[in-house]
Amino acid sequence: MAMTRDEMGVDKATALGLYDVMVRIRSFEEKCAEMYGKAKIGGFLHLYIGEEAVAAGVIPLLEAQDTIVSHYREHGHAIARGLDSKRMMAELFGRATGTSKGKGGSMHIFDASKGFLGGYAIVGGMMPVATGLGLASNYLGTKSVCLCIFGDGAVNQGEFHESFNLASLWKLPVVFLLENNGFGMGTRVERVHAGKEMSHLGDAFQIPSEQVDGMDVLAVREVAARAIEHARSGKGPFFLEAVCYRFRGHSMADAMSYRDKAEEEVWRRRDPLPNFRRLLAERRAATEQELAAVEERAEREMADAAAFADASPNPPREAMYEHIYKE
Amino acid sequence: MAEMTYRGALRATLREALQQDERVFLMGEDIGAYGGAYGVTQGLMAEFGEKRVKDSPIAESVLVGCGVGAAMAGLRPVVEIMSINFSLLAFDQIVNVAAKLQYMSAGQINVPLVIRTVTGGGNMLAATHSQSLEGWFAHVPGLKVAAPATPADARGMLAAAIRDPNPVIIVEHSLLYPIKGEVPDGPHVTPLGKAKVVRAGKDVTIVSYLRMTLTALAAAEELAKEGIDAEVVDLRTLRPLDRETFVASARKTHRAVVVEEGWGTYGIGAEVASSIASAAFDELDAPVARVSGEDVPMPYNKELERAAIPDAARIVAAVKSLL
Repeated sequence: MAMTRDEMGVDKATALGLYDVMVRIRSFEEKCAEMYGKAKIGGFLHLYIGEEAVAAGVIPLLEAQDTIVSHYREHGHAIARGLDSKRMMAELFGRATGTSKGKGGSMHIFDASKGFLGGYAIVGGMMPVATGLGLASNYLGTKSVCLCIFGDGAVNQGEFHESFNLASLWKLPVVFLLENNGFGMGTRVERVHAGKEMSHLGDAFQIPSEQVDGMDVLAVREVAARAIEHARSGKGPFFLEAVCYRFRGHSMADAMSYRDKAEEEVWRRRDPLPNFRRLLAERRAATEQELAAVEERAEREMADAAAFADASPNPPREAMYEHIYKE
Repeated sequence: MAEMTYRGALRATLREALQQDERVFLMGEDIGAYGGAYGVTQGLMAEFGEKRVKDSPIAESVLVGCGVGAAMAGLRPVVEIMSINFSLLAFDQIVNVAAKLQYMSAGQINVPLVIRTVTGGGNMLAATHSQSLEGWFAHVPGLKVAAPATPADARGMLAAAIRDPNPVIIVEHSLLYPIKGEVPDGPHVTPLGKAKVVRAGKDVTIVSYLRMTLTALAAAEELAKEGIDAEVVDLRTLRPLDRETFVASARKTHRAVVVEEGWGTYGIGAEVASSIASAAFDELDAPVARVSGEDVPMPYNKELERAAIPDAARIVAAVKSLL
């Protein structure tokens, strides 16, 4: 039976588009892992593999004037926002053609032309910034919404509470998106967080909050649409907790000895990519050919991105002294 | 020229900026309804309303970070941190965010943020409220740090900071707020990054900044009575540091004393002294001397506090030790 719009809440083209975003994110990340193995990428590399449904569920709903600030596992958010995978990969390679000309790296991706205002590599550091972007939206009357993405580790930081308070107090148009993947680096959430449900923390500040299954792109999209609409309508911030799981370690340096293999297996069965692919096929929202084409295109795109990055020059030594101050 | 207090000069500049530029807004703890812990923003909320003059929660990190985000989006926030001691709660936003965005985005983003704060001791506020921490910020590429010593400079340098496309920290000294001085009529801008010879002399150079500039000038008057002609250089901006002006002065007088209120160990004076020593070693008739705050947490007791902060007598003694 062919899928109707009502059954999935999205039309066929949109559904295939969401799959495309998820596939491109995973493909980018897998290419990153491969390039890290070849020592083309240095520093820390935090992969988003497993969490694709969150980025794909939320970010395509944003409008052009909206802004995003994120954490250091932000490649997926950047891909979903439409950043150029070539320039992103070049940034990870540290090359002059990168989004930050090789001065930011994996944890600090920026594209101001797309409102992608950075990966922030200090846990919680993007949250105060998001309030300022929200304040500017209200101040200038632009109706733009700031999407502030952070992890479960940030919830224990003071900046979480400071930012929630200010955003609610001043009715700032911020969507606070918590990606709760169950681990702050190598430590389980339960071992470092005293509360039960993080999504309840919004109540203390009168911020409407919802928890959603972050492995289900359609469920995320449905709640995210309400969250964004709430913020845009002038009612103030919204707190969305996406419960998800990362299939890889905290960074490439992480052997994941702290993780229970059985638990991992349970989550792997919930992998958003094959599951959504199956759903699209079952509902006849996409043909096998269309799905395969998405996958092949993504693979080619990321191979091209790596080739572009590899062929790009290193920044000249003088570049070190640029962009410290604006004249 | 009109006579104005340091506090009044700052207020006049804020008022003028609020009038001239819709993008400018003020934000800080107790700056609005209360008028500011030191009264600098008195009356501004009544005049400009709560959109332009915002009382913030006592939450320094989000206070600064909110300013950063607003600045990124094209506004011109002027954030007041009531005391530099409280800036420690916002260190991440200042050092890891405000100072880094321009660089890490390769110039896609800039942060035209002004942070006004109060540094130094002398009010019997003890160890957590009397520190001079501006050197910590002056250490960081990406930040500018200004320290006006006079009402005229307070007016001109704050105006420059508000126009600057980079994050600028203005450190003010609470004991300077009631000090009066001549201020040029109407708006004026004092460029950041320029030191100033505030007293010409030929025998010795005294380099200082902020309140210690006034102490250095008092010392110079004492020395003049004994026939010693001291030149006083006010750094005015701690980053970017105008080495040229004080090195030229030291070359001329052949002797230098560097004075700061804060701790000497790893202090601003160390940077100034090493700059003089490396640029003008052959022209010095004596090693560069330093006068700085005692290397102790600030004691509460009035006499102990007085003894911990440099005064004119210590500067005079340091000068004489070089002659």
